[in-house]
Amino acid sequence: MAHTEWKDAPGLPDFSLLKRLARDQLIFLLEQLPGKKDLFIDADLMSPLDRIANVTILKQHEVDKLYKVELKPIFVLMFTDLVNADKVAGRFRRYKIIFTPQKFYACETVLEEQGVYGDVTTDEWNFYILPLDDDILSLELPEFFRDNFLEGDQRWVTTAGSALRLLQSVYGSFSKVYGIGRCAKMVYESWRELMEDGEQRTRQPEFAKVFLVDRDVDFVTPLCSQVVYEGLVDDLFRIKCGSVEFGPDVTSSDKSIKVMLNSQDKVFSEIRNEHFSNVFGFLSQKAKNLQTAYDKRRGMDIQQMKAFVADELKGLKQEHRLLSLHIGASESMMKKKTKQDFQELLKTEHSLLEGFEIRECITYIEEHINRQVSMIDSLRLLCLLSITENGLLSKDYRSLKAQYLQSYGIEHLLTFANLRQLGLLEEQQAGETLTVMESKVGKLVNDKTVGKLTDAFSSLAKKSNFRALSKRLALVPKSGEEYDLRVPRDMAYVFSGAYIPLSCKLIEQVLERDGWTGMEEVTRMLNGQEFAVTEARSKTDAQRIVLVMFLGGCTFSEISALRFLGKERGCRFIVVTTAITNSSRLLEALLDNSA
Amino acid sequence: KYYYAFNILKIELYEMGWNLKDGLRECLVAAAPYGGPIALLKGHYRRSPSARPQLEIYSSSGLPLASFPWKSGVVKQLGWTVSDDLLCVQEDGTVLVYDLWGGFKRHFSMGNEVSQSQVLETKIFHSPYGTGVAILTGALRFTLATNIDDIKLRRLPEVPGLQEAPSCWAVLTQDRQSKVLVANGSQLFILDNTACTPVTPPGLSPQASSIVHMCVSFSYKYLALLTDSGHVWMGTSNLKEKLSEVDTKIKTPPKQMAWCRRPKSQQPSAVVMWDGLLIVVGECKETIQYHLDDDSVLVPELDGVRIISGTHHELLQEVPGACEEIFKIASMAPGALLLEAHKEYEKESQKADEYLREIKEQSLLSEAVRQCVEAAGHEHEPETQKTLLRAASFGKCFLSNFPPEQFVSMCRDLRVLNAVRDYTVGIPLTHTQFKQMTVQVLIDRLVYRKLYPLAIEVCRYLKTPEYQGVSRVLKHWACYKVQQKEESDEVIAKAVSVKLADAAGISYSEIATKAYESGRTELAIKLLEFEPRSGEQVPLLLKMKKSPLALSKAIESGDTDLVYTVVMYLKNELNRGDFFMMLRNQPVALSLYKQFCKHQEQDTLKDLFNQDDDHEELGNFYVKASYKDQRLEARVALLQSAVDEYYKAKNDFSAKTTEDEMRLLRFQRKLEEEKDEQLVGFSLQDTMTTLLSVGLHKHAEQLYKDFRVPDKRFWWLKLKALAEKEDWEELEKFGKTKKSPIGYLPFVEVCIKHHNKYEAKKYVSKVTPEQKVKAHLAVGDMEGAAEAAIERRNESEISTVLSRCSATTDHLLMERLNRAKATAVKK
Repeated sequence: MAHTEWKDAPGLPDFSLLKRLARDQLIFLLEQLPGKKDLFIDADLMSPLDRIANVTILKQHEVDKLYKVELKPIFVLMFTDLVNADKVAGRFRRYKIIFTPQKFYACETVLEEQGVYGDVTTDEWNFYILPLDDDILSLELPEFFRDNFLEGDQRWVTTAGSALRLLQSVYGSFSKVYGIGRCAKMVYESWRELMEDGEQRTRQPEFAKVFLVDRDVDFVTPLCSQVVYEGLVDDLFRIKCGSVEFGPDVTSSDKSIKVMLNSQDKVFSEIRNEHFSNVFGFLSQKAKNLQTAYDKRRGMDIQQMKAFVADELKGLKQEHRLLSLHIGASESMMKKKTKQDFQELLKTEHSLLEGFEIRECITYIEEHINRQVSMIDSLRLLCLLSITENGLLSKDYRSLKAQYLQSYGIEHLLTFANLRQLGLLEEQQAGETLTVMESKVGKLVNDKTVGKLTDAFSSLAKKSNFRALSKRLALVPKSGEEYDLRVPRDMAYVFSGAYIPLSCKLIEQVLERDGWTGMEEVTRMLNGQEFAVTEARSKTDAQRIVLVMFLGGCTFSEISALRFLGKERGCRFIVVTTAITNSSRLLEALLDNSA
Repeated sequence: KYYYAFNILKIELYEMGWNLKDGLRECLVAAAPYGGPIALLKGHYRRSPSARPQLEIYSSSGLPLASFPWKSGVVKQLGWTVSDDLLCVQEDGTVLVYDLWGGFKRHFSMGNEVSQSQVLETKIFHSPYGTGVAILTGALRFTLATNIDDIKLRRLPEVPGLQEAPSCWAVLTQDRQSKVLVANGSQLFILDNTACTPVTPPGLSPQASSIVHMCVSFSYKYLALLTDSGHVWMGTSNLKEKLSEVDTKIKTPPKQMAWCRRPKSQQPSAVVMWDGLLIVVGECKETIQYHLDDDSVLVPELDGVRIISGTHHELLQEVPGACEEIFKIASMAPGALLLEAHKEYEKESQKADEYLREIKEQSLLSEAVRQCVEAAGHEHEPETQKTLLRAASFGKCFLSNFPPEQFVSMCRDLRVLNAVRDYTVGIPLTHTQFKQMTVQVLIDRLVYRKLYPLAIEVCRYLKTPEYQGVSRVLKHWACYKVQQKEESDEVIAKAVSVKLADAAGISYSEIATKAYESGRTELAIKLLEFEPRSGEQVPLLLKMKKSPLALSKAIESGDTDLVYTVVMYLKNELNRGDFFMMLRNQPVALSLYKQFCKHQEQDTLKDLFNQDDDHEELGNFYVKASYKDQRLEARVALLQSAVDEYYKAKNDFSAKTTEDEMRLLRFQRKLEEEKDEQLVGFSLQDTMTTLLSVGLHKHAEQLYKDFRVPDKRFWWLKLKALAEKEDWEELEKFGKTKKSPIGYLPFVEVCIKHHNKYEAKKYVSKVTPEQKVKAHLAVGDMEGAAEAAIERRNESEISTVLSRCSATTDHLLMERLNRAKATAVKK
């Protein structure tokens, strides 16, 4: 690796405890219905459940059959049908619905309306947090993003608050909380309220600082193509719940293989944060080393051979297997990503970030749309263009939209309505100056209740100000300078040296200043809503472990950037996110072409 | 002062504060255990229609708490529940529940069967499940309810051979079940849910022909039977073991009998009471007799029996071990010696040292201290308590590692006990009872008696956590306060807020609920304002029909689920118009409700948009609806509605686009019918692609013109379609129709993609100078590429070409390129 880690970087807390808690609670719930039982599981819950309690454990607790249920919004209705079918068939069973992470009042209302409320018992499985890795905790709530930011439905706020509370009760209290964004503020308040209700426990905290950030504070970062290995794997193969399925083109056999991607995988943990241009070289070096290790057995006597087989061979074989998989993956990556068009795509993205040659970019995007290269990628470029340019000129807005609709169908009218609501794709308003906009926002923010009332429509009054932000925070390094991706000098390396993720830069700045002082200009451009609260004083190692909570999802590139920052500053970051996201997931959540 | 005999002692608790003309004669009396209140139904036995009986409630010291004339039916039995409520069982099986202050709380019935055959006898009993009522009916059957707060009536099986009322009976709690023990003459039966089982007490003396009285100990573990021969049989209540049998030599039936036994004590002892006489029977043949001046009532307690008469209140107790050891005459127990040592020390006599040494030599000093502390706990007289504690404290000085907790907590407990035993409070608890009852319950009782200041003092003194202690008391006080009708809302609200200001964990909503229940809505709203957690305010506000306030509070709480609750409630409560109006002022609630409608009630959603004149959203709504519908006509109709709405919203763009879509749909439909090609629902681009791929160029062209498809798009499309069909001739023709808007590089590339180098080369010459190099490279013409690059003197292009050259074959070319590069750089 290019950098040396700080010798005394603090150790991370043991998050497997969270898994154990969740498992024990689930088992407790299962045991409340003694005897054999069938389990119907929401498809989205399958993978997380598997990480908590696998089939063997479920069988131990007398789960007879497992059914996967795909019909999400009407799960309760399906359940109703099941109950009624049983009634007709004269079968007698006991029914229990376990809601996770929490039960909503509306669920009961629906059960009541369907007339099966009396037939079932309900329970909650407070499974808030799934530890995906040593430093990644996920709430596994992909719907958080759309529900909260688009639909103005804040029901997950309490869930996020409860997750924080769970962390606090297991790992000790926080000394400092920073945050930015309306949702962040609400989560903080909800968590405070929960804390007041419950007992206060004072114990030595394992991490002391918490940073809460709304996804809508920084939309640019998740919209960029990822070029760090882990991010790229996610973009190409889609990592699901910490594991990925490599298809035949990677495994070079006719089978697909499911692989867990985390720090347990020695090969992966060394390349996950690397720019993909370095990965191949690294892997081939690794392969050579491996060969040398195998070669050792030549010229061994029997005794040595025995020891070799006993001690090393298994490890080497394991490494061999992983290595060949990752080589396969990066080969497939190189094939796709070194092609001319990917290079051009990246070039366009970088131009947009820098604000150069916008006309050429628009032409490129037009061509992209006209040739139907990719529905999501086209949309992504449109959004990037809009955010970096503070909205599109009317003429461009209409023509690009019309072309997009011609390519992908009129139903995307609704998608565009959604994108506009979130401020992702907008038309520049003629005559409306920035100050007018700001005074409007300012008024809303000052009055607390009004602020709350307008939560749902917050995004209407949103301007991205990306260019000004980028200048102020020096997000885009000066062009023309050589950037050696082997020896990254700042977080920009996660985007080939072209851009430092805004979200991560904010975190860096706030931690450095221990608050928002001196950043008034920046927060003003981000629509305010920042806060910094000192909860308690503590002077332990915990100060150097920082919990960052992304509300609405975070990308692997951001995680890599934070890991890099941690190494530079001698601290560790733990990422808590509502879900792992990337540009495709983000935009797919906003599509409205179905249902 | 002490009357030691057989180690039973009787101490006086109070001289009764009441003034009863006839004592307890002709009164129905019930006294609650744990020093609880006493209820009297005076004139109960007189039964004259003119004079109504009077129900009076007193504290244990005889201070009046309530008094009122009894207006209901004939009372058969009085009794107290575990939470100090008074139960009055009437002849017809109705049970009336009153609070300590004589306030009527509720009533319940013991069932039809009871009311038909009337109540003969009743017993009220306590078990781990609460307070129970057992009734013997006129039909000689037992009906039983184990917990009056959760009434499940059980009718027990018939007792065989029972012709008249049984001579005596009692309720037992065994194996987590309440059972009845019945004596019919000399026969004894146990009745449980399912069966009536005859039983025989082991070793019951044979001369008895009838069991006339029985009693069960406080813990239900022991049973005492009195026979008509005057023998008291004592044993375990499971009738497996006999403990002793004593002859009282009195053959008349007694008035009352009770166990008088400490927990963990080895000796059984029971008290039997006749008119004017009380006999204590124990293990040995001898008995202790007390003369009673007055009609009295026995109240069994955990560790003794209280005797209440018209004038006095006494406690009869087995002497506690520690006290006996210390106070026994000439006792040499360590505690006794320590007490003596301390006495000498006070007198400044050296004997103190001698005593101390004696204890220390046997290394019994810590035992001595323990004995003194324990004995202090059992003493009722503060002076004696102090003497013992001082002695203990003195002894402690000579011990280095003696844990102080026992001493400290005993001091605290005694202070509390002395306070509640005070005449004005009148709760004569023993230390053993106090420990069994717990501080929490004691505080509850104080609160119930409205002794708020004392309760708070106790909490503070015992350092009870604020949640369970002071705050709880204050809450009760406030709940009581808000019911005081004579004070104004403002005064009460102020008083409450001032008192409760700095107490932790107060739930104002509970207090407000109380205020509302006593009919003071305005006060309730005022109080709710103090509630810091807005979520807590909501349920009550809803109940009080303050829906707008409830809704805004719910939103303020940030708890979406709560908002949902309110919204759903309002939806059912209000008419649609009002409901929508209310939502309109609450955007958060509105957006939530829209969410709900999206999943559950599409039509309501439309109404909502209509109400808001939100044409944009209505347009979106119709568009969405349109592609859910399979029938073309319906789709077009819905889209037309969308177009109308978009125009109303002044969104020309969406309107036009939607109109286009309608046109497209019709076009697709027409073509589908004519050409039998699946088209409906495709995007414009996909439609054109399909048309081109099946060779319907004309129709594609028509779309291109009709829908103002940009030239570029059409060229790309056609290029791709023709190349895919490898129709190179047509492609060439197409390329010549006019100047390509997308340039000719794509032509080159598309040919190469389909491995037709020959065709590709045709277009290289047409490519713009900027793209020449790329085009040459694409067809693999290194020479041409080099030529173009050098001509343009473009350094990066030259480099690109160079990187593609191979050192072996293109040697010369590379030299040329390098030279050109050098000059290009120079420039």
